[in-house]
Amino acid sequence: MSTAPGAVIVLRGIVKRFPGVVANDGIDLEIRRGEIHCLLGENGAGKTTLMRILYGLYQPDAGEILLDGCRVRISSPRAALAHRIGMVHQHFRLVPTLSVEENIILGLDEGTGPFLNLARTRQKIERLAAEYGLAVDPKAKVWQLSVGQQQRVEILKALYRDAHILIMDEPTSVLTPQEVEQLFSTLRNLVDAGLTIVFITHKLDEVMRVSDRVTVLRQGRVVATLPTSATDKASLARLMVGREVVFRLDKARHEPGKRVLEVADLHTVSDRGLPALRGVSFSVDAGEILGIAGVSGNGQRELVEVLTGLRRATRGKVLLAGKEITNRSPREIAEAGVAHVPEERIRMGTVPNLSLRENLILKGYRYPPFCRSFFLNRRASTENACRAIALYQIVAPSDATPAKLLSGGNIQRLVLARELSGSPCLIVAAHPTYGLDVGATEQVRQILLKERERGAAILLTSEDLEEILSVSDRILVLFGGEAMGTLKAEEADLGEIGLMMAGTRQTEGAA
Amino acid sequence: MKGLLPFKVERRAVPSGGMVLLVSLLAIVAALAVAAGLFQAYGVSPVRAYGLIVRGALGSPLGLAETVRRATPLLLCGVGLTIAFRALFWNIGAEGQLLLGAVAATGVGLFSGLPDALLLPAMFLAGFLAGAAWGLVPAILKAKLGLNDVITTLMMNYVAMYLVEWLIHGPWKGTQMRGFAYTDKLPDVARLSFIPGTRTPWLTLALGLALAFVAYILVTRTRQGFEIRVVGENPDAARFAGINQVKTILLVMLVSGGLAGLAGVGEIAGVHGMLRSSGQISMGYGYTAIIVAWLARRNPLAVIATSLFFGVIMAGGDVIKSSLGLPFQLINVFNGLILFFLIGSEVLMRYRVSWSGRRR
Amino acid sequence: MGWETWVIATLARTLAYGTPLLLGTLGEIYAERSGVLNLGVEGMMIMGAFSAFAVASTTGNPWLGILAAALVGGAFSLVHAFACITLKANQVVSGLSLTMLGLGLSGVLGRGWEGKPLPVPLGEITVPGLSAIPILGPVLFQGQNLLVYLTLLLVPLLWFVLYRTRTGITIRSVGENPGTADSLGVNVARVRYLCVLVGGMLAGVAGGYLTVAYRPSWTEGMTAGMGWIVIALTIFAFWNPAMGLVGAYLFAALYHLSFRLQPWVAPELLRAMPYAFAILALVLVARGTLHKRMGAPAALGLPYTRGEE
Repeated sequence: MSTAPGAVIVLRGIVKRFPGVVANDGIDLEIRRGEIHCLLGENGAGKTTLMRILYGLYQPDAGEILLDGCRVRISSPRAALAHRIGMVHQHFRLVPTLSVEENIILGLDEGTGPFLNLARTRQKIERLAAEYGLAVDPKAKVWQLSVGQQQRVEILKALYRDAHILIMDEPTSVLTPQEVEQLFSTLRNLVDAGLTIVFITHKLDEVMRVSDRVTVLRQGRVVATLPTSATDKASLARLMVGREVVFRLDKARHEPGKRVLEVADLHTVSDRGLPALRGVSFSVDAGEILGIAGVSGNGQRELVEVLTGLRRATRGKVLLAGKEITNRSPREIAEAGVAHVPEERIRMGTVPNLSLRENLILKGYRYPPFCRSFFLNRRASTENACRAIALYQIVAPSDATPAKLLSGGNIQRLVLARELSGSPCLIVAAHPTYGLDVGATEQVRQILLKERERGAAILLTSEDLEEILSVSDRILVLFGGEAMGTLKAEEADLGEIGLMMAGTRQTEGAA
Repeated sequence: MKGLLPFKVERRAVPSGGMVLLVSLLAIVAALAVAAGLFQAYGVSPVRAYGLIVRGALGSPLGLAETVRRATPLLLCGVGLTIAFRALFWNIGAEGQLLLGAVAATGVGLFSGLPDALLLPAMFLAGFLAGAAWGLVPAILKAKLGLNDVITTLMMNYVAMYLVEWLIHGPWKGTQMRGFAYTDKLPDVARLSFIPGTRTPWLTLALGLALAFVAYILVTRTRQGFEIRVVGENPDAARFAGINQVKTILLVMLVSGGLAGLAGVGEIAGVHGMLRSSGQISMGYGYTAIIVAWLARRNPLAVIATSLFFGVIMAGGDVIKSSLGLPFQLINVFNGLILFFLIGSEVLMRYRVSWSGRRR
Repeated sequence: MGWETWVIATLARTLAYGTPLLLGTLGEIYAERSGVLNLGVEGMMIMGAFSAFAVASTTGNPWLGILAAALVGGAFSLVHAFACITLKANQVVSGLSLTMLGLGLSGVLGRGWEGKPLPVPLGEITVPGLSAIPILGPVLFQGQNLLVYLTLLLVPLLWFVLYRTRTGITIRSVGENPGTADSLGVNVARVRYLCVLVGGMLAGVAGGYLTVAYRPSWTEGMTAGMGWIVIALTIFAFWNPAMGLVGAYLFAALYHLSFRLQPWVAPELLRAMPYAFAILALVLVARGTLHKRMGAPAALGLPYTRGEE
């Protein structure tokens, strides 16, 4: 197969496997010189993995890479840069206390040994900045810069090293709207100057605005490659999330019960200080599972943290069975009957060096029967552990086994046993089946369904759209910290969900 | 993956209790072996040297009493340190906290004017509080400002040291002083009684043993102990579980500093009877206690054994000085070696060293 | 004029006593800038002191003694580096154990060397023309030795390397954000090894200076906690060699003045100042932009493992 004229990168048959998952399953991709090519896909589609292979961070298990028609092996980022491929990561690789110019030349061997010719460096930086419209002060310290400016430094880093292909991984995820505009005009300048840009995103708006061609990835495969002018958002959305069969779990009809959770106009701010939730409102009834769909990074994590007391809401209200729990401490919220099955089950949900028995009383240790005045009641906690092990089928040598020796599935069983032990009225489950094998995944879902039957209200976030579709009664889609729309799961139209996940608000009058 | 050396170090799962004990013993044996080499270099047979030490430190009642006398402050400080280390608070400041306890005890003993019956209890209370206060400062600095606990506790040691120096040269200078500086002698009623026939006070020893048990129960059986362990093992989970980390750190340093302060009281009321230069009050007890707590793997009960072991070593130092004419400093060599081999052995336990290029 | 003589004498002694402090501080600054906390400075200093004395006494050449001090200090620091960087052991404990080891070993080895003055100490230098400059002349150019000048020259050199060369950028990045440096191709382990080695060698030389120039003799424990002052001074200097110069000489001056100032301030309290000031300095830069400008290297004391970020 001959490469098309103008193709600067050709990827053929790229396969990359990780334990338990095939991230890239025979991908053919062609990037043409001077274009902005978008890689579109939801979580786990394989876009970042593919680009990391191109940048030399991973090695493909099969397939080949051709640059300008020649087969190459890119063994490391240094090699990628030698081939003039640069990457701007989603999380910047910058040293905050160093200046812009120091960050740009870090790790570079310019043949002058340890000595710097800072004047020459500065000149080159300023020349590049002027040429590509990337205004930045070379002497400024990186910590003083805004996020948009820091991103420009990352771009300059690649340009300084003579990159003529630039890979950008979800570049707008950390920018303000104005900074996004600036980025887009920068990209146009770069392309006019002859660069080729590969742009990873999940936002349809951006694809339509900025790209020349778009490749849609789904579950590790290329679904389509199209000129942007020849398609529209709806079609792309369909391609992005379309599936052959959606497996729906067998579950009883949902009889609406009392309102358990009410969230009104919730606002909060991310770690970086940018708005993470922008006026989200929804409710969950008893015996109902509300699934929060959306590409990760659109506010799901912050939503879970606000609901469980680990993050401050800057505006808005959270009501549990009518009582306000906004900005209460995690302890108070837990006492009010909210269970939290955390996303990072090892880091947050367990104390790895403590025993299974002790982990099971991580939240309940303050109360009888586990605690009498100062002393912990060992017998009560041991009995509790035996009960939990039996009920949830936790596989462990004994209740004294340190939690860190348990497998992922058993750790999750431990967490569930602990969180669900008090018959909570609201369960916040964040990515509960992440990384679990088939059997454990099934068990977790069954447990959630059983809780639903008991009458608990469940809020489920997941990166796996299939899971949301099959487990939830209703689905809410988050994008950019806003609720794009809500639908009943059984009436859910994949195209509609895809559009919402990628930035289009639900039209009025829809379910 | 390019490293500097031709092998890689990777994590391994949990070592068993037996493994831990074995490796600790190996570290001690290794240190003994190297020290033996030093003895040999001085023309002294290591066997003879070790024999003398064991006989001197353990063989006679008087020797045993000396050992216990050294072990007592190690016991008190060590127990406190196990609690601090459990919360991952690196209390390098036991030395300073001990000195503050000594200062407080001296102050109360000499100047408080309390009736005789209350004097000793007041000294103990004051010593505990002074040590606790000295420990709370770095705790507050870490909890509120995130300051590095190693550096702050270390610096506080030297401030404490100079405080003592100032007091004995200045405001508290003894009236009967000649030569080296020291304060007046404490009245008899402010002195601890010795185990009959020895110069070793028994009260602080009993206190230390009792507190070791109390600490053990605290850590393993109480609510606070549970919180301490969670905070130390996984601060994220602690936050998730709603445990107040600030309160926990403060509590931990209150106890740790207070116990070291008690050790200081013991040195004043039991051993010296007056406040002296810091080098004479504490011969590095605070630092040696770090090794004591480390070797005991942060288990307060095990500290009883490890403090005794180091008591033997310190008493042994006297023995080799007087009987063999070797410098007392050999003890420091030995301590340094043990500590070093201990952390080396810990690495062996926690990690597996594999030669790169070989597929596992 | 009595006053002038007093000023000259004080400044001259400040310069002399500040030199080992400065040497040690410069070394520790480099080690900590790369992210490794070296609490073994006291042990390295005193072993350097003893080695210098022993070698200088036997060979009759004080410079060989200084060389020996550098080598011994460097050897100790390599042990520390191996433990902390390759074995990823606890840096605090490793440093403390080396200090104990150094103190003990020097005490043991040094027995029998005490009380004998060094036959050939480091020569005093008097620069003819320059020593005639009022005040500064006699202070700087009369009766000081070569090592003092070398140390003074080392300050701008080390400052320049740290802030104006590629090497310095590499070092600082390794201490702030080793993951980023690693991803850009920097060999984090190698940089740390080198910096710790520099720290150890300078600490050794600092100790050697004491026995070969400052007080040419050997006494057990003669560093008297200088290593700990160095650690405090490193913080006080905010990890900047230029500030290290200020801190070292300031403390040296206070130390000498402490006797003079006795009627007003107790000398012991003056001696406690570097430690108290170090804590104060940390408090001042604890939060906010000051922390970023002048605070401790972010990765100080943390072992680095690729992928474990």
